[in-house]
Amino acid sequence: MSSQTMTAEARQEQNGRDVILQVSDLKKHFPISAGIVFQRQVGAVRAVDGVSFDVYRGETLGLVGESGCGKSTTGRTILQLYRPTEGSVKFEGQELSTMAGNDLRQMRRRMQIIFQDPFASLNPRMTVGSIVSEPLQIHKIYNDKKERQQYVEQLMERVGLNPYFINRYPHEFSGGQRQRIGIARALALEPSFIVADEPISALDVSIQAQVVNLMEELQDELNLTYLFIAHDLSMVRHICDRVAVMYLGKIVELGPVDEVYNNPQHPYTQALLSAVPVPDPVVEEDRQRIIIAGDLPNPANPPAGCNFNTRCPVAFDLCYHEPDPPLIEVRPQHFVSCHRVT
Amino acid sequence: MSALLDVKDLVVRFYTQEGTVYAVNGVSFEIEEGETLGIVGESGSGKSVSSLALMGLIPSPPGKVESGTVIFEGRDLLTLKPDQMRLIRGKEIAMIFQDPMTSLNPVLTIGTQITESLKLHEGMNTSQSRKRAADLLDMVGIPDAYRRLDDYPHQFSGGMRQRVMIAMGLSCNPKLLIADEPTTALDVTIQAQIIELVKQLKDEFNMAMIWITHDLGVVAGIADRIQVMYGGRIMESGSSHEVFGDSRHPYTVGLLGSLPRLDSSGEEKLTQIEGSPPDMRNEPKGCPFAPRCDVRETLQLERCWDERPLLETVPGNGGDGAHIMSCWADIREGVAENV
Repeated sequence: MSSQTMTAEARQEQNGRDVILQVSDLKKHFPISAGIVFQRQVGAVRAVDGVSFDVYRGETLGLVGESGCGKSTTGRTILQLYRPTEGSVKFEGQELSTMAGNDLRQMRRRMQIIFQDPFASLNPRMTVGSIVSEPLQIHKIYNDKKERQQYVEQLMERVGLNPYFINRYPHEFSGGQRQRIGIARALALEPSFIVADEPISALDVSIQAQVVNLMEELQDELNLTYLFIAHDLSMVRHICDRVAVMYLGKIVELGPVDEVYNNPQHPYTQALLSAVPVPDPVVEEDRQRIIIAGDLPNPANPPAGCNFNTRCPVAFDLCYHEPDPPLIEVRPQHFVSCHRVT
Repeated sequence: MSALLDVKDLVVRFYTQEGTVYAVNGVSFEIEEGETLGIVGESGSGKSVSSLALMGLIPSPPGKVESGTVIFEGRDLLTLKPDQMRLIRGKEIAMIFQDPMTSLNPVLTIGTQITESLKLHEGMNTSQSRKRAADLLDMVGIPDAYRRLDDYPHQFSGGMRQRVMIAMGLSCNPKLLIADEPTTALDVTIQAQIIELVKQLKDEFNMAMIWITHDLGVVAGIADRIQVMYGGRIMESGSSHEVFGDSRHPYTVGLLGSLPRLDSSGEEKLTQIEGSPPDMRNEPKGCPFAPRCDVRETLQLERCWDERPLLETVPGNGGDGAHIMSCWADIREGVAENV
């Protein structure tokens, strides 16, 4: 049970790094109800089912996995956009899961989110100026109208938008530009931590690099910490310092990117990495793929034993009886949850 | 040997209320029997529209195939009557689409949908076609195939639905299969399953294939030849080794540079292509990539704005002349001057 039950202090000491966010045994279950008149709960979708990790100040932690693995729910539960079913989220030392009202609103100044779909996440009836300045109004910063507009123009310039367009509406912009508006909005309150929920997956290939480069520049300049949620494993390797691989609501592997990519220990991580195509025919010709059969099990009814046992190529007796093992440190900072790895 | 499919100078436009959309502006390519052609491009590059046009599936109005020929086995598909085209579509040329949820009919069982083309094209009766449909589902890896014929699309997962689409596409042993972003909506592990399946079936059926995608990684593993499209035109075309290993068009170079790679740790910054994709409502003049092209900027080439470069064999190519591109600059000179 090493890392999962380790106290916060011990974890911090171990690394000697400044921990900005501490997630411990976080669970988010969505109820399934039945009945027309007398609604009763008949089960729960275990979207996030016991996740623990730390995020260090100034780093980018990647959260990867296939659709339905709970990576977005984890991001939103951290920000308390969903309230956790169980577990704790500590941000800069303060417990968020029990916080509410104005206290929580004050915390939101320091943690923001960038959404996946730049078409759905901007209000079509608001101008760019009002979208970017709305957080400022809510938090009563820059009450002077002129100052506020100046600040918004500065922000727009910073994310590569022409301030001249301040009075335009979202539909007048391309996907990449809209994502820049979303970034400007997230930066308005000068947060220290940003959850980026698939910020580039809706964009064209040639635009993705623009947005990723912008995010990296902003990180250096403003000392931002990112939780980068993505399913593009190549991009995660490029942008992240550490990566956590999720499967069916749980983290199966966690470690520094180069370590995890060069030396994956969990059979799911191995299959996932081998499935990613590389844009080079010479490399592709020699690659051996691990093709895992089947689909993701239903998160309302996860299999007995280890979650991955229905698709695992190396499962043995223990995997079908014993619940999934705790994360074990196989190498410095590299954690794996697998019965095969002990 | 003459090509299985020979597309010449295809021009497709859409006449909408917001103006004319110049979707495909003179596209020519060939496919040999048994060959896999990868068509790569971003949204709006005309890659899907050109394949829909050769299937006769452009909604008209607003769309219109303005000019061009599509010769398939000696016949020009663009001049065929709807009845004649129907005999080719699904039988000789089949298509699988990106989103298997919207391209399957939700109110018909899978069995009904697969047997439809078998009855139409192969003249099978109900029991024959159901048996063949079950064989097909079995072949694409759907367990308990015979019983699942009576299931509806929503009872299948995304990957399974795409398998059903593939079974449907292959039902009449087509000579050419057009796959329009067939794995884009799927997760990587499922994508790997589908690619593996299609590769294996392609050999089994000995068919040619057009694989349309925006993912350069996917085509690198599957295509014999690659064609890179931008702004309704072909920018570069050649064997996958040539296009990836010896890219000559500034757009191809930029696209590859902007992609992070799984097999390198990626400390350096991604090279980005500035600007955004072109507005296809403007009448194309010159090279569509000119506004974003760093080679044009470095070399201060003026003709890129007004004159349209032709698709020609790349300079200094020792091969068979199959590696072609349309650019006024020789990127090797451009790169040399940069250094």
